[in-house]
Amino acid sequence: MEHYLNIAIRSIFIENLALAYFLGMCSYLAVSKKVSTAIGLGAAVVFVQVLTVPLNNLILVHLLAEGALAGISPALATVDLSFLAFILFIGTIAAAVQVVEMTMDRFMPALYHSLGVFLPLIAVNCVILGGSLFMQERSYTFGESVVFGFGSGLGFAIALVAIAAIREKLRYSDVPDGLRGLGITFITAGLMSVAFMMFSGIQL
Amino acid sequence: MNTATATLFGQRQRKALFDPVIDTNPIAVQVLGICSALAVTTALDKALVMSLAVVVVAGLASLAVSLLRHHIPGSIRIIVQLTIIASLVIVVDQLLKAFFYELSLELSVFVGLIITNCLVMGRAEGYAMQNPPWLSFLDGIGNGLGYGAVLMAVGFVRELTGAGTLFGRVILPLTKDGGWYEPNGLMLLAPSSLFLIGLLIWGLRSWKPELVEKD
Repeated sequence: MEHYLNIAIRSIFIENLALAYFLGMCSYLAVSKKVSTAIGLGAAVVFVQVLTVPLNNLILVHLLAEGALAGISPALATVDLSFLAFILFIGTIAAAVQVVEMTMDRFMPALYHSLGVFLPLIAVNCVILGGSLFMQERSYTFGESVVFGFGSGLGFAIALVAIAAIREKLRYSDVPDGLRGLGITFITAGLMSVAFMMFSGIQL
Repeated sequence: MNTATATLFGQRQRKALFDPVIDTNPIAVQVLGICSALAVTTALDKALVMSLAVVVVAGLASLAVSLLRHHIPGSIRIIVQLTIIASLVIVVDQLLKAFFYELSLELSVFVGLIITNCLVMGRAEGYAMQNPPWLSFLDGIGNGLGYGAVLMAVGFVRELTGAGTLFGRVILPLTKDGGWYEPNGLMLLAPSSLFLIGLLIWGLRSWKPELVEKD
């Protein structure tokens, strides 16, 4: 239990995928102009992440890892297909995003329309693939993958809503021409990243 | 055959290759490919390897997508592009693991993340789907070079001020080794790349005022 809590706290705050590893920056910078769209995208990212990381974990352990195919035939016991992880991960992610899109269209049409083109773009969002790749690198179990999926998605959502709120206020500030828009957003994100580093002292 | 696209290095070809280095720089202007630019610039050798990987993948992916552009059905084109890019990245990743193992460990997940690098996908979808193969190849290479230019610039500042070295060779002797330079620890931490790119954008938009965002 404590172990899972540790993973959750680490993935939400200390190793925040957006502010510590800078994943998902493109949509981070593009969707953060209004808090309402940021909340919507954040929720969608959490949903997709919780779906894909455990699913990819199952695929990795039962299909791609060395010895996973031994169940089909003893001759395949030494086959290691983990180099195919990239293609299979991105496949499950694209499929999961399609499912989320259809669910949202059916049950939350207003949110679906406000997100527009950014919903299918979650499929190519580094956060989602990054979550699965970190899961592979750290060899998480299934339970750990579920917690990590939820935590990493939530961390990204928190960072996204925070910078959207700041940007909404910044629109009325006197920012120099060259920094207006993209430049000041980068610097703000940098300051937020420094702020999130304060969590690195937390030990559970 | 259209003469404008049939030449090897005509006006359009040079434009496709060199515009993305400054005028339409993917990182500073188009806001593509930010993720890896921020994370792998702590040292120049990592930045260089990453830039080369992206140049190769972007060029070849754009070339492949352009060659197939008349045969890809519109409804599945994202999946097809992703598959092409993912296969190229797998090859690059395996090559890196074979010939530069320590570097591949440092770059860890970021080589795999070239797949979702908006730059590669963005150019494949936005340019290669509508343009002939040689132009698309040049465009992919050009955008990769623009991306590489920003990465090397940020990596240069970060490595020099953060560790006093360039490509691992000592330039500014550190005080802990008996020299005079007290390294700036902030430069080795993650947020410094965000500050540096923000300042770079400021510099670029002051130099070329037409790039300033109209509100």
